[in-house]
Amino acid sequence: MSTARAPGTRSAATTGTSAKKAATRKRGAKTRRPADRPDTGRGARRTGLLTAMLRIRRFEERCVELYSAAKIRGFVHLYIGEEAVAVGVNEALGPEDAVVSTYREHGHALARGIPAEAVMAEMHGRTTGCSGGRGGSMHLFDASRRFYGGNAIVAGGLPLAAGLALADRMRGQEHVTCCFFGDGAFAEGEFHETANLAALWNLPLLLVCENNLYAMGTGIERHEAQTDLAMRAASYGMVAWAVDGMDVEAVEDAARRATEAVRAGAGPHFLELRTYRFRAHSMYDPDRYRDRTEVEQWKGRDPIGRLTERMRENGELEDAELARIERQVTDEIDRAVDAAAEAPEEPVENLLRHVTSASISSAEVR
Amino acid sequence: MAGDGRPEERGTTYRQAMREALREALRSDDRVFLMGEDVGRYGGCFGVSLGLLEEFGPARVRDTPLSESGFVGAGIGAALAGMRPVVEVMTVNFSLLALDQILNNAATLLHMSGGQLPVPLVIRMTTGAGRQLGAQHSHSLEGWYAHIPGLRVLAPATVEDARHMLAPALADPDPVLIFEHVTLYNASGEIAPSTAPVDLDHAVTRRPGTDISLITYGGSLPKALAAADELATEGIDAEVIDLRTLRPLDDAAVTASVARTHRAVVIDEAWRTGSLAAEISARIAEEAFYELDAPVERVCSAEVPIPYARRLEEAALPQTADIVAAAHRTVG
Ligand SMILES: Cc1ncc(C[n+]2csc(CCOP(=O)(O)OP(=O)(O)O)c2C)c(N)n1
Ligand SMILES: [Mg+2]
Repeated sequence: MSTARAPGTRSAATTGTSAKKAATRKRGAKTRRPADRPDTGRGARRTGLLTAMLRIRRFEERCVELYSAAKIRGFVHLYIGEEAVAVGVNEALGPEDAVVSTYREHGHALARGIPAEAVMAEMHGRTTGCSGGRGGSMHLFDASRRFYGGNAIVAGGLPLAAGLALADRMRGQEHVTCCFFGDGAFAEGEFHETANLAALWNLPLLLVCENNLYAMGTGIERHEAQTDLAMRAASYGMVAWAVDGMDVEAVEDAARRATEAVRAGAGPHFLELRTYRFRAHSMYDPDRYRDRTEVEQWKGRDPIGRLTERMRENGELEDAELARIERQVTDEIDRAVDAAAEAPEEPVENLLRHVTSASISSAEVR
Repeated sequence: MAGDGRPEERGTTYRQAMREALREALRSDDRVFLMGEDVGRYGGCFGVSLGLLEEFGPARVRDTPLSESGFVGAGIGAALAGMRPVVEVMTVNFSLLALDQILNNAATLLHMSGGQLPVPLVIRMTTGAGRQLGAQHSHSLEGWYAHIPGLRVLAPATVEDARHMLAPALADPDPVLIFEHVTLYNASGEIAPSTAPVDLDHAVTRRPGTDISLITYGGSLPKALAAADELATEGIDAEVIDLRTLRPLDDAAVTASVARTHRAVVIDEAWRTGSLAAEISARIAEEAFYELDAPVERVCSAEVPIPYARRLEEAALPQTADIVAAAHRTVG
């Protein structure tokens, strides 16, 4: 199932025993553009991908500064290095599709189109935040974009995603639910229960495992007996591919094919995206468990650097254009930070709001 | 360190004290082992077990996958087979993934087996709020565990208790849960070299007083002591009772204090409804009703998932000012 566009894509254990699934995969394959046909829109598409990744990168670099300045608090988990995953996968999703995410979700949220202003304000704990300041970095939500959070219980979003997919299926909607989770989540029962349910019920679910090789300080070979995650997912009877998660176009390609198949009724698909976080697990993590040379090696595969290079080689990116993109995202983030700093904090009298749907108006807080 | 007869360092932190307790346990009993997420190479998510892997090796300081139900259950099994596991769960919110094992196995095996299968297991976890970690990392659910017969539930609130509650917990033939409030790890204090193991059956008076009893535990103890200091400036002499053990509750200590002061404020970071504070208030009503000069007051968290925004989080939690205000209402 790998394509010319995706050199890092390894076709992993691809199962799916039903004839229906096989037929869907074939149909999906036919609709793809042959690799040799020139693609006129390619440069523009790549510019879009680059801009989306840079937005996430610069946004989070600003978060680090703001965290040091104590404007942002709590646990903050950076996505730096993993941007290709959120951006590539999002390309394959439509506005009607649903997304379920983790606590490392700034990238997912921004790629989904939640404005930087709303995310930044959330991290400042302001009413204008995408969760009204109640959630913070780990709990970004946007119902209007079917972005269902922002879950800080490892693997906690997976069953929820199965339910979203189930509801869409029961109501005859051709939507896909995309659930992001880490390699660490693979060890939780909730992952395995969800994988089985989804395969058993043929749910329209795209499982996106961001394998960054670590669950906090524990390397994957120290938390998984079998580290070939795609193969294990395939054992549930779903199609599963391992993909180079540092190549945004490889991610996009795999995600498009998987999403297309899921939408067509081929049941859940699993993508193992091999990626790496360049920063520590969270702002609290002294990062003592990783070899510096390992980190540096992965930095050499920076998804932003790789796409930039590819575009330059193809004459698709001038220096001036790159500078323009940088300015654009920096302006956007500047505006977001300014707006967050000026946004109102919620008055303490509102503390008991949003506990039940019948909003409690009592000023008595305890 | 008390364990090998050397004097304790002055200014030990709660985190260090807990680490010393673990070190002593690992040294003195080869049935003891520590397991949990990132307890080894990482040193524990709050740094409690830093250095223990190097000292005791990976067989006795075991990093686990993210499988709370699995490794807590495995701890129960190992305890059945004669080991003395200390299982660390990162926070009480995550322990809910292991609640089935804790309730349906650890707490019930002895009874279901007609007394054949004791479970000598210690489970440690953090609890509580105050660091803007939001609604999936900040709750105080120790009261849920204190609801369960078959468990002993501890809440060390001081550096000395952090140092000296583990040994008696390990000596207990039944499952013991230890709740470490997340805001206490950096607290420092002194540990007397000769401190005896803590008596797990009794509450302790942290500050004697005659006018009002402030009854609390864990992360709320420093706030209660601060409130007592403030009340003292107004001439109100508050007694502060640290429950230490949340199950079984030391009713006699609470009743005796109320019999002295005739007024009680119960401070509990959990939500008020169905809380330990409710249980303690009920027991005071049952056992010391005629001693009371005023209704019992409770200072608990607001009935809301703990919000991220700083001001809201502060407002949601019991604060010193709230305790003082409750004391004023009681003294009237
Ligand atoms: C049920 C549960 N257990 C433990 C934690 C603490 N924790 C938060 S993130 C994390 C590591 C998760 O690793 P992975 O799933 O690979 O995601 P990554 O952080 O690498 O993106 C741990 C142990 C948690 N949030 N939830
Ligand atoms: Mg990971």
